Amino acid sequence: MKIPGKMAKEVLRHSLKPPATLNYPYVKPEMPDNFRGKIVFDPVRCIGCRMCVKDCPALAIEIAAVGDKKFEARFYLDRCIYCAQCVDSCPKDALLNTKEYELAQIDRQNHRITFHAHADGVVVDPAP
Amino acid sequence: MSRVTIPLGPQHPALKEPANFSITVAGEKILSTSSRLGYNHRGMEKACEERTYIQDMYLLERICGICSHSHSTAFVQTVEEIAGLDVPRRALYIRTLIGELERIHSHLLWLGVAGHEIGFDTLLMYSWRDREVVMDLLALLCGNRVNYGINTIGGVRRDITAEQIAGALRDMDILEERTRYYIDIATSEPSFIARLAGVGYISREDAVRLQAVGPTGRGSNVAIDIRATDPYAAYGEVDFKVITDSHCDVYGRAVVRLLELMESYRIVRQVLKEMPDGPVTVKAPRKIPAGEAVSRVEAPRGEDVHYVKGNGSDKPERVRVRASTMANIQAVNKMMENNNLADVPIIIAAIDPCFSCTDRCVRVIGGKREDLGWRDLRRHGISWYRKHWGIDFGELNRKLHSLRGER
Ligand code: SF4
Ligand code: SF4
Repeated sequence: MKIPGKMAKEVLRHSLKPPATLNYPYVKPEMPDNFRGKIVFDPVRCIGCRMCVKDCPALAIEIAAVGDKKFEARFYLDRCIYCAQCVDSCPKDALLNTKEYELAQIDRQNHRITFHAHADGVVVDPAP
Repeated sequence: MSRVTIPLGPQHPALKEPANFSITVAGEKILSTSSRLGYNHRGMEKACEERTYIQDMYLLERICGICSHSHSTAFVQTVEEIAGLDVPRRALYIRTLIGELERIHSHLLWLGVAGHEIGFDTLLMYSWRDREVVMDLLALLCGNRVNYGINTIGGVRRDITAEQIAGALRDMDILEERTRYYIDIATSEPSFIARLAGVGYISREDAVRLQAVGPTGRGSNVAIDIRATDPYAAYGEVDFKVITDSHCDVYGRAVVRLLELMESYRIVRQVLKEMPDGPVTVKAPRKIPAGEAVSRVEAPRGEDVHYVKGNGSDKPERVRVRASTMANIQAVNKMMENNNLADVPIIIAAIDPCFSCTDRCVRVIGGKREDLGWRDLRRHGISWYRKHWGIDFGELNRKLHSLRGER
């Protein structure tokens, strides 16, 4: 009869090795370059074509005109499924992926972010 | 001995998703089982009719978190067929590559789950640790570990670089070595064999009669594999074996999955080495012409069928999905016969079920058949709940709206 416990050797061998898991949140995994994380918006590039709004499967983007050829974007990050279709659809590269993945919030309102159009660049206003 | 019928589920620690099995036992022996699904209906097919083809792609990808690439491939294939698109070869190779990586992660996941169900948690820990290799590779190639989002109508969304190919080949070597080890464990560890051999037996004839698909069928010597019998993507151009096993029990299904892993590594290597150059997409129209098509894909769990009917607009008129668990669930009742009650978790787990992927059938009760539109169906639902449970959806809806913010 065969003796059970074939994996015992493997287990003992690993008892001397460091753990395979990361000590999150003290050690954070690095995401690959094209990771589909939080989306950012560049109001300077946006032409207001609203292709992103049309293609977003989760209805997570709104583009509003604020003044002459100036647009601001409001994101509902709680609805976003991070598919990055908006990034693909945008003809002007006004939307970009980032590697940011720690997106949990206690308050849902913090998921509503607006990228205001300012002459001197982007201001992210997390207030609803 | 007197008979007792024991309900298992819809909520039960042995089930990862809600489903109900009514198991009639005499003592510990199972006499018969009847299964019931329908606790996880998400209304996806109907929702597809309200969305554009591009949005549907992401919705359908989320039918299953594990077979997500299979569902999106099946869907884009049908749409491409209706629109008459000629997908570039490089895109087909990338689809094949991601499809196989998905199978690798799914089979390693199954191995861990099976280990857990039989109390062999050491196997769970190690196989899931090794599965991280393929998950990270998928994140590198597609941009995320789950729901890869690589497909688009007319091709794939991301190209693959020479550097990524080299990395993927290295990962295949690691995984292959580990899989060899697991095959050795599965074929020589006496406790593993003794626990699984003879459990959940289903003969070849019964498997064919009950239309078992995927590893469930192949574990009973039914050589069906859509990759070989109806090649899609680049499967017609790669060389691989259809693995079958004649044990016809849970052990056979385990062996099939483990040996399939080895075939998957072979396919991945071939695809990476022979990947043709060229573009990865063709331009797809937003409005898909009227027409209908069916497409089949071999998901890790078995054959996955999608049907799409277009009407010339940018939204489909009808989408129909048959996930592999729908085909396999019939066989489970048969497999349970003459086993012990304690074998139930592993027998269910052995078909690698995905109940929420399966929940999309409409049962016509009685002979009368009625067609309800979207609006009527909604009205019917609201009044049914008010009448039977006194639930007022108007109030809940208002709350939901205020939670979501006004739209
Ligand atoms: S990532 Fe996807 S879900 Fe999120 S905003 Fe862009 S298109 Fe919408
Ligand atoms: S698709 Fe790009 S340019 Fe068009 S509205 Fe959206 S962000 Fe602006």
